[in-house]
Amino acid sequence: MEVLYASCVGVLVACGIYLILRARTFPVVLGLTMLSYAVNLFLFSSGRLTINKAAVLGSASEYADPLPQALVLTAIVIGFAMTAFVVILSIRGRADLGNDHVDGHLVKSSKERK
Amino acid sequence: MIQHLASLPILIPMLTGIILLMPPCGKNLHIRRVMSVLMSIITLAVSAFLLLHVNSTAPMVYAIGDWSAPFGIVLVADRLATLLVVLTSLLGAVVVLYSCAGDDKKGSFFHPLVHFLILGVNGAFLTGDVFNLFVFFEVLLIASYSLLMHGGDKHSTRAALQYVILNLIGSSVFLIALGVLYGVVGTLNIADLAQKVPQLTGDDVYLAKIGGLLLIVVFALKGALLPLHLWLPNTYASATPVVAALFAIMTKVGVYAMLRVYTVIFGDNAGELAHMAQPWLWGLALATIILGSIGVLASQDFRKLIANLVIVSVGTLVALVAIQNVAATAALLYYLVHSTIVCAVLFLLADLIAHQRGKVADRLVAGRAVAQPFLLGISFVIAALTVVGMPPLSGFVGKIWILKSTLDSEKGMVFWPIYLLSSLALLVAISRAGTSLFWDRKFKESEAVEGIKAHPLKVTAMLLLLVCSPLMVIFAGPISDFMLATSEQLFDINTSINNVLQGGR
Repeated sequence: MEVLYASCVGVLVACGIYLILRARTFPVVLGLTMLSYAVNLFLFSSGRLTINKAAVLGSASEYADPLPQALVLTAIVIGFAMTAFVVILSIRGRADLGNDHVDGHLVKSSKERK
Repeated sequence: MIQHLASLPILIPMLTGIILLMPPCGKNLHIRRVMSVLMSIITLAVSAFLLLHVNSTAPMVYAIGDWSAPFGIVLVADRLATLLVVLTSLLGAVVVLYSCAGDDKKGSFFHPLVHFLILGVNGAFLTGDVFNLFVFFEVLLIASYSLLMHGGDKHSTRAALQYVILNLIGSSVFLIALGVLYGVVGTLNIADLAQKVPQLTGDDVYLAKIGGLLLIVVFALKGALLPLHLWLPNTYASATPVVAALFAIMTKVGVYAMLRVYTVIFGDNAGELAHMAQPWLWGLALATIILGSIGVLASQDFRKLIANLVIVSVGTLVALVAIQNVAATAALLYYLVHSTIVCAVLFLLADLIAHQRGKVADRLVAGRAVAQPFLLGISFVIAALTVVGMPPLSGFVGKIWILKSTLDSEKGMVFWPIYLLSSLALLVAISRAGTSLFWDRKFKESEAVEGIKAHPLKVTAMLLLLVCSPLMVIFAGPISDFMLATSEQLFDINTSINNVLQGGR
């Protein structure tokens, strides 16, 4: 299970980084989303991966670490808000700058702008 | 009541932000302005009271929801945190006052966003929990994203896009670092981390080291340290100047986080991991000073020049973090307060000057004369002397103190020449900027246009900040005593651990 989990996180991070390094805003947003998924999975695993452990209700002697779950929830909420913001900002950038390049201008059309 | 004092610098801006969104403040500009100014002054007063209280008694530990220290989140109001909270609140009050002269009408929700930003910054300073630090970082970042777009044009959209993407990646790295640290140490409370990190053995040490070093990346991004500083000049220069003045505190949040994490958690007591970040921080800081100085010399407009000054000040601060002793940290704190205030003043001045110069705005080329050469000229000279560190203003005191505190260590041999040469470069660049802003005219007829005098409220706000610099010299004695006490308190790690873990009620 650990191997599967770790490689899943690794693949997500790799895809995320690859997409973030693209020059268009849409792949970058996708990459950021993937990276935040990978981070959430990673945070979740920081409480150790276990199966069939009780939640911290009642008086079970062995229970799953609740803190990473709380951390992941927080991270998901924040990541969601930030993704929404960056999507809106990208649309605004597309409207304001006339293209979706992260630098605000395409290499080819740099003459046309002038 | 008094035990809740530590939470008020966070709660008041939050409530203010919400109140400002609701009627009658949401509808009526006048009521909104009065309310905003009033509440920012109240925040400042409460922060100042907290500082006085903490200074005269022990640090306050406030357990949120009465969940005590390693399990719940605590706010730790020691001297260092409250000093910076007061600085933030002061800056916030001045910025709110300045914006009431008209800058707040350029976009919607200016006042609520400023208060949310203050909430985030104050929270980041006060919190005693690393994950909570992340949350407050996000609060201040999302407010800053929106403020950056305030009254902006195409350039600010582009700058904001890059700033947001960079910071989102930074947040992911932050979370990875926290995940690693939690997985190894099993806690995220700063005091508890400081207690448990020295007990790590075997492979755990290396994992904790990875986590700790990843945090450098995050704090370097927030603080604009060398390889991650490229976003700063564009961002600060394209933001509305009054927003840029408020942003002067944001790089300091990164510096504060470095100071806290690498002094308390990975400091003297950390066993194998003691001082692990120092070699990185030292080299990067010196390189930041050098590149920042080159940036200052190369800047084509005044706001970009100030943004590069911010980078130089960050480099200086981080170099002092890397030296890591009581004297250097005390000098750091004095310089931090001074540089935040003077950079904010310069941004506000840049706005006033650009407004009166008409079309050329703040570009460093020949243009129209300013309408109020006496007022703006004198203010510029004072601010310039302060930021370069010429006597008799606060920059000079800070500089002497920094040089003195680095004299004993062997690091001084490297630091002195770089720092002094950088000061020379700053002096040249600022003199040149002042010359072209005030004296350089291309045409005879480009005389000043009367009637575009600066709004008295703007001048008042700017002078309020400017006068801090002479005040910091006049009261240099008590202030330096306080900074030394603050620094000693920060380095007294065992006492603060006990204080947090046992007194958290």
